[in-house]
Amino acid sequence: MTVHGGIGQAIKRKEDARFVRGKGNYVDDVKLPGMLYLDIVRSPYAHARIRSINIEKAMKVPGVLAVVTGKDLAMANLAWMPTLMSDKQMVLPTDRVMYQAQEVAGVVAESRYAAADGVAAVEVDYDPLPVVVDPKKALEPDAPILRPDRKEQTNRIWHWEVGDREGTDKALKSSDVVVRENLYIPRILVSSIETCGCVASFDAMGKLTLWMTTQAPHAIRTVFAMVTGLPEQKIRIISPDLGGGFGGKVPVYPGYVLAVVAALKTGQPVKWIEDRSENLQADSFARDYHITAEIGATKDGKLTALRVKTIADHGYTDAAANPSKFPAGLFHIITGSYPFQKAHVEVDGVYTNKPPGGIAYRCSFRVTEAAFTIERMVDILAHKLGMDPAEFRMKNFIPSGAFPFKSVLGWTYDSGNYPAALRKAMDLIGYDALRKEQAEKRKQGELMGIGISSFTEIVGAGPSHTFDILGLKMFDSCEVRIHPTGKAIARFGTKSQGQGHETTYAQILAEELGLSSEDISVEEGDTDTAPYGLGTYASRSTPTAGAAAAIAARKIRDKGQKIAAHLLEVGPGDLEWKDHKFQVKGVPDKAKTMQEVAFAAYTNLPPGMEMGLEAVDYYDPPNMTYPFGSYICAVDIDKETGEVHIRRFVAVDDCGTIINPMIVDGQIHGGLTMGLAPALLEEIQYDENGNIQGGSFMDYLLPTAVETPKWETAKTTTPSPHHPLGAKGVGESATVGAPAAIVNAVVDALAHLGVTHIDIPMTPWKVWNILHQKGVA
Amino acid sequence: MIPPRFEYFAPATIDEAIQILDRFEGEAKVLAGGQSLLPVMKLRLAEPRALVDINRIPNLAFIREDAKSLRIGATTRTNDLNDSDLIHKRYPILSDAAYEIADPLVRNMGTVGGNVSHGDPANDLPACMIALGAIFHLRGPKGNRAIPAPEFYQDTFVTALAPNELLHEIEIPKAKAGQGNAYVKLEKRVGDFPIVGIAANLLIGSKGVIQAAGLALTAVGPTVLKAVEAERHLVGKAPDEAAFARASEIAKGIANPTSDLRGPAEYKKAMVGVLTRRALHRAADRARGGA
Repeated sequence: MTVHGGIGQAIKRKEDARFVRGKGNYVDDVKLPGMLYLDIVRSPYAHARIRSINIEKAMKVPGVLAVVTGKDLAMANLAWMPTLMSDKQMVLPTDRVMYQAQEVAGVVAESRYAAADGVAAVEVDYDPLPVVVDPKKALEPDAPILRPDRKEQTNRIWHWEVGDREGTDKALKSSDVVVRENLYIPRILVSSIETCGCVASFDAMGKLTLWMTTQAPHAIRTVFAMVTGLPEQKIRIISPDLGGGFGGKVPVYPGYVLAVVAALKTGQPVKWIEDRSENLQADSFARDYHITAEIGATKDGKLTALRVKTIADHGYTDAAANPSKFPAGLFHIITGSYPFQKAHVEVDGVYTNKPPGGIAYRCSFRVTEAAFTIERMVDILAHKLGMDPAEFRMKNFIPSGAFPFKSVLGWTYDSGNYPAALRKAMDLIGYDALRKEQAEKRKQGELMGIGISSFTEIVGAGPSHTFDILGLKMFDSCEVRIHPTGKAIARFGTKSQGQGHETTYAQILAEELGLSSEDISVEEGDTDTAPYGLGTYASRSTPTAGAAAAIAARKIRDKGQKIAAHLLEVGPGDLEWKDHKFQVKGVPDKAKTMQEVAFAAYTNLPPGMEMGLEAVDYYDPPNMTYPFGSYICAVDIDKETGEVHIRRFVAVDDCGTIINPMIVDGQIHGGLTMGLAPALLEEIQYDENGNIQGGSFMDYLLPTAVETPKWETAKTTTPSPHHPLGAKGVGESATVGAPAAIVNAVVDALAHLGVTHIDIPMTPWKVWNILHQKGVA
Repeated sequence: MIPPRFEYFAPATIDEAIQILDRFEGEAKVLAGGQSLLPVMKLRLAEPRALVDINRIPNLAFIREDAKSLRIGATTRTNDLNDSDLIHKRYPILSDAAYEIADPLVRNMGTVGGNVSHGDPANDLPACMIALGAIFHLRGPKGNRAIPAPEFYQDTFVTALAPNELLHEIEIPKAKAGQGNAYVKLEKRVGDFPIVGIAANLLIGSKGVIQAAGLALTAVGPTVLKAVEAERHLVGKAPDEAAFARASEIAKGIANPTSDLRGPAEYKKAMVGVLTRRALHRAADRARGGA
């Protein structure tokens, strides 16, 4: 017997009933009586001393009530705030600006228009300073020191390494074949459909309510309490409906703090909503890794060793949101789907005059950079050896019998079956026929390529022994209460930004409790009501809070079994949970449903039992989960213009047990499109003066339906052995896996010309330039 | 959109619009579709004191063909070019271009008059107008004047249109038998401004020889460029690969693009060659009755 809306059912998303009708409730929908508006003065310079800020004219603009500057904040010790990586970041500068579009002052006014007029009237006198844009130049001895506030007088933020340096050197030296490549993964931006913003309001008792675009309301409340000195119970953070997050709504941006300060200063609620250009120019970026990788193999094609050196451009402060122990995130998952004997990874974090960040854009802390690197390098090596890239991968995969598998850099992969996923992808796309066609086309001078990416993900941060953010362990939580009529409410420490938690969490509880998912409402995002949790990012919700839901439901079942026994006048040991009911063993028609048990929990309890039917679980995962997949992409290239056309793209994903196949497919479709974007289109560039190039959607081009091929998706299912449901995260798999498949396909189309790599985004002119140099175009 | 304060007028006639424009002495802007104007106002790059909304002036939106000309009214929406059978059948260069301008939302609002009078060298319709030999009809306080399209474009965002004039009608010579035309655009992503756009218009005579040629280049100079030498080369030639390849080389010679986020200058220049050939071939196919 199945329950309505249980695990594995492709039911429609509950939340869409409001979203598709425009009835969502976003931060910008919050309107309070007497609410004021904040707008922000931003720096036109990437690096400059502030000589003076004159607010006189701005204060005379009708409707302007206050202008907040760094000096005002410094008096309250709020000019700087900590980042999640224990670096520090300016809320407003007192003497220097460090990147173009940095916040310089806040203007508070009675209307949004007056606030903007006030911003235009603030006069700031700047004295430009030398700008450092290139992180490699930032490390040169004569580079200006960007952060004189630090004890270490260098632009190197940190150096981090893992693995066996000498052993890797030796293994590479004794390898028959070694290839080396420089890969740049450019700076990109999340571009959620909803930009960031907040509404800050203090009540008469001094309690702050902050409606805020945040993926991690509880952790942010704690950070706010520590930074501002406000008692934590006097801070309520509400993260209402969010229009996308993708990691970009994890950090605390200066605008949030300014709105709170402005509300305190004026005694009225203050709304701050950034516009699209501000979002693109000043919010935290992702990627920006300059990678040099070397990979070795024996002459018969067995992988031996991997060495990776990376320069990580973090802008003027390290505002990434990595687990504390890992400044380069989980980049050392970089050995991917292969059992290397030796590996060594080192990363240097570097300051430049750019916006801060290093956020995980639809990515579990740098796994995107890692998967791209390994899947690119494996392809380059296969071509060098003259082996088919599919055959080369099959030969080198971690065998399916080797799980749990301990990687040479220290991760324990929970489960996997890599050959099965690749085989399925090859069958679906008709790999051998495509290779034949390619050979024919090549004879006729046509350019066609096939690219594979067999990535391994690492998600679900994370076990408390290894994972914390600012000391907060990365558990997550679920609290379930069943009402007398058998309907339920469940609250979580995570926060959906479009993932469909209201549906999938209800499905997990429906399955575990024998209720209809329709009868279970799911709430998140209000720190006054939801249990504490670390939030939603890095594909962690199903691995952590999803597990907490299952465990909390099982706690309810334990109590329910005692109540059912009381109702059936048998001993609890005589019952079993079968077909979503408490049944007397061997007597299926002698049973009680959860509904009946729930009613009894409030009306007819066994003597001495506590009233009610509820449970809470704070889930500390024993390990990460390791979803994986194999993607194959076929491209055609216009040899006159260099345009890349994706003809087909097959994505086989394995995320363990699937809660809702439709939602998983939606995640894959969205993720693939967000993987296509940096491969072909997106990049934030700066000129030598630190001026952002393309800080609006007129120039920063997101893919549309026209560029997006028909995604062909399929699944294999290898459950996680340690997750209570066997589930793994899936939100970011496709973003992690897709770029390498597309680059591998384009390089494959040009491999006969001696091409080994093209940096993303692969614009038509980059491809044309190669063709032109090789005499093809 | 959060621009500074401005005055708003919605005149009922062209003359009334011109009076208001005249009164503001260059500090008023005409609002038609608003698809170029509002973005610059939003970014406060333009801060006009007044907007003169011409959308309520009757009889300014039309597409009609008379004995001698095709006439298009200033507030005709870009999408109207797409929806018109007349345009598709007899002036396909215009539907080619209209179909590739921005996205449907912009095309529903943006006007033909606005597109051609903005003076943006990356707008698609000006090259089509030059290739077709269009004449722009302007009206100002001193009355009417007619300016051939190539003379209209003077520099980037600088046109022959005075601040107190309105471009109210575009006149295009009526399509003839043996005429074919096409607009070919290379873009980084659909809906974007062109990396390069090429407008080609050919009249092929009964003996299979090119009698007249119009060729213009989008986004490779300070204004849209008329490829006069290449046009001259084509006249009298058979419409074949040799003639088109040579014309493309000549067209490439006048392209003077700058390097930007839509590609390096060298690439754009090379693409003028590739796209000119493609546009001429398509125009010739259509002249022969192909689609």
